[in-house]
Amino acid sequence: MKVNGVEHPAPHDARRLLSDHLRHDLGLTGTHVGCEHGVCGCCTVLLDGAPVRSCLMLAVQAEGHDVTTIEGLARDGEPLHRVQQAFHENHALQCGFCTPGFVMSVTGLLARNPHPNALEIEEGISGNLCRCTGYASIRRAVEQLAR
Amino acid sequence: MEDDRLLRGHGRYTDDIGEGALECVFVRSPYAHARITSIDVTAARDLPGVVAVYTAADLPFGDRDLPLLIPHPNLTHGRTQRCLASEVVRYAGEAVAFVVAESRYVAEDAAELAQVDYEPMPVVITPEAALRAEHLVHDDVPGNVAAEMLQEAGDVDGAMAQAPHRLKLRLRYERGAANPMEARAVWARWSEAEHKLTIYDSTQSPTSIRGGLAVLFGLPESNVEVIAPDVGGGFGPKIMLFYPDELLVPFAAMQLGRPVKWTEDRQEHFTAVNQERGQVHEVEVGFDDDGRLLALSDDFIHDGGAYTPYGIILPIISAAQLPGPYRIPNYRVRFRDLYTNAQATSPYRGAGRPHACFVMERTLDAIASELKLERVEVRRRNLIQPDAFPYEVGVLWQDGNMTVYDSGNYPELLDRAVKLLGPKPEGENVGMGIAAYVEGTGVGPYEGAHVQVLVSGKVMAATGNPNQGQAHATVWAQVVADELGVDVKDVEITSGDTRRMPWGIGTFASRSAVLVGNAMHAGARMVAEKAKKIAADHLEADPADIELAGGRAFVKGSPDKGMPLGAVAVLSNPVRYAFGGGTEAATQFAGRSRPGPPLPDGEQPGLEATGYYSPPGSTWASGCHAAYVRVDPRTFRLEILKYVVVHDCGRVINPLVLQGQIEGGVAQGIGGAFYERLAYDDDGQLRNASFMEFLMPYATEVPPIEIDHIETPSPLNPLGVKGAGEAGVIPVGAVLASAIEDALGVPITEMPLSPLKLFELSQAGC
Repeated sequence: MKVNGVEHPAPHDARRLLSDHLRHDLGLTGTHVGCEHGVCGCCTVLLDGAPVRSCLMLAVQAEGHDVTTIEGLARDGEPLHRVQQAFHENHALQCGFCTPGFVMSVTGLLARNPHPNALEIEEGISGNLCRCTGYASIRRAVEQLAR
Repeated sequence: MEDDRLLRGHGRYTDDIGEGALECVFVRSPYAHARITSIDVTAARDLPGVVAVYTAADLPFGDRDLPLLIPHPNLTHGRTQRCLASEVVRYAGEAVAFVVAESRYVAEDAAELAQVDYEPMPVVITPEAALRAEHLVHDDVPGNVAAEMLQEAGDVDGAMAQAPHRLKLRLRYERGAANPMEARAVWARWSEAEHKLTIYDSTQSPTSIRGGLAVLFGLPESNVEVIAPDVGGGFGPKIMLFYPDELLVPFAAMQLGRPVKWTEDRQEHFTAVNQERGQVHEVEVGFDDDGRLLALSDDFIHDGGAYTPYGIILPIISAAQLPGPYRIPNYRVRFRDLYTNAQATSPYRGAGRPHACFVMERTLDAIASELKLERVEVRRRNLIQPDAFPYEVGVLWQDGNMTVYDSGNYPELLDRAVKLLGPKPEGENVGMGIAAYVEGTGVGPYEGAHVQVLVSGKVMAATGNPNQGQAHATVWAQVVADELGVDVKDVEITSGDTRRMPWGIGTFASRSAVLVGNAMHAGARMVAEKAKKIAADHLEADPADIELAGGRAFVKGSPDKGMPLGAVAVLSNPVRYAFGGGTEAATQFAGRSRPGPPLPDGEQPGLEATGYYSPPGSTWASGCHAAYVRVDPRTFRLEILKYVVVHDCGRVINPLVLQGQIEGGVAQGIGGAFYERLAYDDDGQLRNASFMEFLMPYATEVPPIEIDHIETPSPLNPLGVKGAGEAGVIPVGAVLASAIEDALGVPITEMPLSPLKLFELSQAGC
């Protein structure tokens, strides 16, 4: 599988979750695990450009696919990706644990629909849980991006 | 300041720390109350990849009760659990064995192989059942009563007897769960060569963890390092210590000589981490024809769970905060803290305050209804007036002092909230709700901050108090930068790392802005004074004439006559050897303007200082929330049409951070009031221990929130600040209850609500 543009061999352990593989085998710890049952969205990554929950996939299922994690959005030394920048400008993060998942979901949303309306934004972020912000600032960040 | 790192995925949470650590899984009790008849972990130990399996019998501290953190004379029957249970388990999820393996996957397999036999015992799951005491949670605690406390201010019986009107209410508030997005995790490494234990822990109190582990393992505190790295939300349950893993992970690391890590999964978090809430209040209120309060008596029972590690802080807070911003001339409160077969309860954001606010505000609504008065008017008539501060409530506060409000302007809060809420929207089944509250914040005993200017001119500041998303790195940097006259970007904050600041208490009770803020202020001020003295020596001026601004120290009115702050840092440390960084300026032949020893008498080298702040009492924030809601009469779906907050936390340090704290708090309040119900069955099993069934609000459930502020600075601290972390959550249940009652016309006497509950109440009302 390709992760952030780099080819990696699949893990030997067939039951290894994609989330565990990314975090603990490849060291890409920006993908977080909040529930391990596909509800909270913290572990969202892009699979061929579309948001998926990496805790609900086995790593071997990602064979032959293109995986993008939060680390792949803006390389070290580069400025923040525009979604990250909008989150920063709107204080759309507090503890930061759900943040990579939200950023990936919003990146996927904007790739599908560059100018979502308020309802589409709400739907686009309604697969991710945040316990800190109350979503208001996240909504403001996405509204800024949708303009 | 912390955003860039967190947004790039470079945050460092405990589970992100690897270094080839062994991984662990607990064997937990499936029963809420049972006697353990046998434990056999042979098969688990034999599984390839398993390194160790511990039961109570394998631990040198296995027969010791975990600490009772906050003793109180009224806690006559305090009980705490053992690290691993070996005789009786008292809640489903209590730890029985601990498996350490080469990987989490193997450890999970091994845990399945552990054979534990239980003899089930009768279960006590509600506070009402605990009070009936048909069965006991601890066989040596009569009546299941851990603590009882009665307080009275004034003469309640006398005033009640003479009151023209009297009402009785029964109000119920169920348990709640904090559920930070990062569950708990602990990582530990023992260095035999250095005799040093290093622990990463997603805790709200690394300094206390360090103290406790040093005691347990017989190590000097300097050989124990505890770091709370990035913590993915806390909200209270991470202030608890010790959870069994916090002892077992370091113990295993010391025993096995390898790093060991345990990461909680979400289901475990539901059944093993402390919860909150669970109170039933019996209120009697006496009032006059105008709706003015004459006497209030509250008798409540508190669901303490199976153990009382956190003492009776929650019911003490509820008792103290119940009067809120209202004047109650005669007030009596009694509580009994009861044992049940569920996890222990300890603070969750709000910590007993939402319950208190719910009780007081429901009572005021009942008075309004009885006298056919406007609900806002009844509140207005009972508010404590702005000239009444300091205001004594007459009951005990959680810091051991009496409850005294320091400052506030409650009528202004109410008026602004009503104005901000505006006219009621058109339509059927629309209701208005309003609630006011106070919040005792900034509780002691103290916090500290170490502040140092480097020779580069950059400033490092450290506190033992950790950060779980309150933007401490930004807020503290602002305070320090203001005092030292440097750019905020040049201040780097380290929080929750005992290597950098070993003293302090922790993050809880909306205290960090007050305690750490003022400690940072004190430390930075000491550094500023020192910088002025050193610069004055060098510039041959009076320290009083030195100004710090733009990263420089200079003579007031003569910006050219000065030096960068980094150069002052160089001069603060007289050296023999110039090792770079401009240090040649501090060598012996560089020339000094001041006679005497190189380091002046009584001075210490380095442009650094440690400041502490210990408050004389709590600072009391306050606020008023109001809302319009619509309840669908067929589906009983709740729609929040408008939600407004007027808030007063004294001087505001960072408006954007404050807004985030309030918005997040209100969202948690909405979850706690309408979606998040912990569904225990009669056997004490939590039937909805997953995010699939325990419904936390998504963006779709949280409306936009309009916020207004007033500022009545606290007279108790130099910054004039009060805490703000919990304010958002406190009155939400009361506001929604009031609004839903108004919309549906059925009495709301319990929390949490749900569409099903509203349907049932409507049916009962028909």
